[in-house]
Amino acid sequence: MVKKMFLSLAVILSFGLYALVLRPHERDDGRVIAPTNTSTAPATNTPSNTGPAPTTAGPPATTSGQLFKNGSFTGSVEDAYYGNIQVKAVINGGKITDVVFLQYPNDRQNSVYINSQAMPYLKTETIQAQSANVDIVSGATASSIAFQKSLATALETAKI
Amino acid sequence: MRQTRSIMGMPVTVEIIGDNITEADVEPSFTYFNNVDQRFSTYKETSEISRINRSEIQPKNYSHEMKEIFRLAGQTKEETDGFFDIGEIGQCDPSGIVKGWAIDQAARRLAKRGYKNFYIDAGGDIATVGHSAYGERWRVGIRNPFNLEQIVKVVGISNCGIATSGNYERGEHIYNPHDNWQKAKAISSVTVIGPNIYDADRFATAAFVMGQKGINLIEFLPGLEGYIIGKDGQATMTSGFEKYILSSISVK
Repeated sequence: MVKKMFLSLAVILSFGLYALVLRPHERDDGRVIAPTNTSTAPATNTPSNTGPAPTTAGPPATTSGQLFKNGSFTGSVEDAYYGNIQVKAVINGGKITDVVFLQYPNDRQNSVYINSQAMPYLKTETIQAQSANVDIVSGATASSIAFQKSLATALETAKI
Repeated sequence: MRQTRSIMGMPVTVEIIGDNITEADVEPSFTYFNNVDQRFSTYKETSEISRINRSEIQPKNYSHEMKEIFRLAGQTKEETDGFFDIGEIGQCDPSGIVKGWAIDQAARRLAKRGYKNFYIDAGGDIATVGHSAYGERWRVGIRNPFNLEQIVKVVGISNCGIATSGNYERGEHIYNPHDNWQKAKAISSVTVIGPNIYDADRFATAAFVMGQKGINLIEFLPGLEGYIIGKDGQATMTSGFEKYILSSISVK
């Protein structure tokens, strides 16, 4: 097994890591910079044209007493990076009784495969934004945030 | 056919590839997640876990599912040297293990009913089976924890689970039991690919709590591969992770 072969190497590497950790000034000099918002986020989003495909939601996560008018309220279209999200909030008895997805990412473009070459044990790299055409995203924050934003605007219009 | 519902406070998506797949095919998965939520949500006063925390149910009367979760949580705590801990009765929150377990169970149910190509995504933790509508491995992007608009890695997986644990989603929600339950902050995110989403999810959580050392845990667990992104924007991957990488095209 490759993993076992490199066990001893791992020990050596971990000493190296500790050496780095114990020299904090070298780590804080800003040489290594996490990607910032200035790098281009690819505008690959095309609104998914699934049209209104109402899906019933589970129990509402929040209820806000009598803050809202009864009826259906459509939220804004929010960019979730790999597609758009738009929700409709249904208010009944002053409470959210349903959240319906009017738009949800359902599309992607053609993909390009480029495999990078094999690298040594526990390779490290500086992260870089990818031109990504993906089916799914792990750590679905953008969809969660887009979901919350769209819901927030829907509720804004529902306020009494 | 792809459908998304809001369950357990997050979007849950089920996509099944195939001819004549309708809403009726994906519906049972959502019903299943709702049932799990009813039983395990600490936000619901009437849930079994809430009743257990109020000492209203004797351990011998726990449901089969609850017993299973407690057994799995105990096992995981042992396997991760205590880094994975759901807490004591009274303030027990097994959600860290329930999510991955529920996705895994839902995926097994779909497979058992004969579906060959599908995925289930609950809040960014994903079970993949077979191939996508394009006949390829499912393409999964790993989010940049410093810029949520970006994807920093694309992996192709099939018949695998992939889970990302980070302190950027839904607030900082992961605590380190070895550090007086302080919030885990040593790394920004860890993504784990495993033979199933249950293993990927629980070990992603444990590795995240461990911090930079977490990558070693993943490295030495057979069948699991991981990608850790540190606070400094440096990523470390396990020795077998590269086989999943689909794209290394950076955006200029």
